[in-house]
Amino acid sequence: MTTFAIEAHGLTKSFGSTHALAGIDLEVPEGRVLGVLGPNGAGKTTAVRILATLLRPDSGTARVAGHDVLTEPAAARRAIGLTGQYASVDEDLTGVENLVMIGRLLHLSARDARARAAELLEQFELTDAGRRLAKTYSGGMRRRLDLAASLVGHPSVVYLDEPTTGLDPAKRDDVWSMVRQLVAGGTTVLLTTQYLEEADALAHEITVIDHGRVIAHDTPLGLKSQLGGQTLVVRPTDIADLPTVTRLLAEVGTREPEHPSEDQVAVPVAGDDALVRTVARLAEEGVAVTELSLRLPSLDEVFYALTGRAESDPALESEGATA
Amino acid sequence: MDALILARRTVTKMVRNPEQFIDVTLQPVLMTVIFVFIFGGAIAGGTEQYLQFALPGIIVQTIMFTSMTIGVNLNTDLKNGVFDRFRSLPISRSAPLLGAVTGDIVRHTIAVGVSLLFGVLIGFRFHTAWYEVVFAVVLMIVFAVSLCWISVLVGMLARSSGAVQGLSFLVVFPLTFGSSTFVPADTLPDWLQGWVAVNPVTHVIESMRGLLVGADYMAPGSDLGTEILWVLASCVVLVSVFFPLATWAYRRKI
Repeated sequence: MTTFAIEAHGLTKSFGSTHALAGIDLEVPEGRVLGVLGPNGAGKTTAVRILATLLRPDSGTARVAGHDVLTEPAAARRAIGLTGQYASVDEDLTGVENLVMIGRLLHLSARDARARAAELLEQFELTDAGRRLAKTYSGGMRRRLDLAASLVGHPSVVYLDEPTTGLDPAKRDDVWSMVRQLVAGGTTVLLTTQYLEEADALAHEITVIDHGRVIAHDTPLGLKSQLGGQTLVVRPTDIADLPTVTRLLAEVGTREPEHPSEDQVAVPVAGDDALVRTVARLAEEGVAVTELSLRLPSLDEVFYALTGRAESDPALESEGATA
Repeated sequence: MDALILARRTVTKMVRNPEQFIDVTLQPVLMTVIFVFIFGGAIAGGTEQYLQFALPGIIVQTIMFTSMTIGVNLNTDLKNGVFDRFRSLPISRSAPLLGAVTGDIVRHTIAVGVSLLFGVLIGFRFHTAWYEVVFAVVLMIVFAVSLCWISVLVGMLARSSGAVQGLSFLVVFPLTFGSSTFVPADTLPDWLQGWVAVNPVTHVIESMRGLLVGADYMAPGSDLGTEILWVLASCVVLVSVFFPLATWAYRRKI
């Protein structure tokens, strides 16, 4: 029998007339990563805030590490670490002071708190910056410090609320590798994101939410096949080869090829051998290409595929932040 | 215990942020210089006499401004996510608030200390016993801590720290200027004298004058014991009205 580190059923929450959550279920087995994917205003932050005991749901139940967030919030808090959308570190304190303060609040001795701070700064490559005020940190460093701050008490469950939003790709990769380290150590992670690519890279399972409802739940592989998998894009060197390329891609694709720009051909593909088959066929036909790539559908395409409509309105995002 | 750790944070931040520190140190100094040397001659006929009269009131004004800082700080913590961090930790719900209030006592003590020291440097002299001076400082801090719940309430309800600042000034200005801080109350127009008489700040200032420089500098006919009772009664009223409101607003956020 699977033990769930996070188990939420029928969570609802309204802010005035805005239904941020309209009854969602989330389940994360111990030691696994759940990616919660959705656009701005889908209810991701609200769900995280409820699971982190920061917000009471209007109805529904949630258990974290076996503790009910409503009736045993203190026990639940001992098990969790939270990293918000914005880095919630104290800018007027140094990196060391931020971490030591949290260690002390978690009842570590002054000495243990300092040792734990040094250990985390080392792990997050902030040792050199440890004595500087957090307000002098770059965006990526702040995220790392924030992540370190959420790990001081060795939480068994960690919430990462859009941990890479606003970071450049290199910094994003840093955060990803830290999340992987965390999971390798046995931590359960709930990650919210707006990027399918991120959920695909990190999560064992993905729950897609929109307008406060779960609209899909699957493994990344299952979700991708449900969405028509990946998209293969080819740009021939000679534009005269375009008809040939279109014909070849029609053979490997699951739908009719499209032309995203006048010198490109794109087609959704399923199965792992699509790229190899395409390369082989292009070689047989002697077609030279300047671009050949496989990419995941964007969030827009996910939503289009799941709901049959364009991406939802982003009007409601501030819900969690102001509540 | 948790509150003490968080109080230490408040104090560290205060030391780190010179601009926040300036409002508790430089402001009283400037106030003293401006009022004593510019208006002193005209109001009391001599700077030295006026210094004895005005310094206790200026210190009270200073501490009222410093008691409004807490709301600005809490609001900032609320907006930048630091509160969420605290709330996700297994600490008592009241610890961040208690920590802020405790840290503020240090702020008040520094403000009073700096003002008194500077006053002495420019010629202010105590005419009372040391224990009366100590009692004066304690009474002022008790008043400031009673008053700070207004700021906590505003800090929890306002949308931005700028708004907290603005609203706090709205609270502080009528209280300080509508009192006997700068001029003896009996020189004021009748309608204003009515307000001055019920304004708790007037009683704090009169108590300070009595405790720091002696009864000669108090308003004619006023009695130190009665003034102190007025102050303590105002503290009870302030706390019984604003403490429940402030903690109610705080609980909604925490």
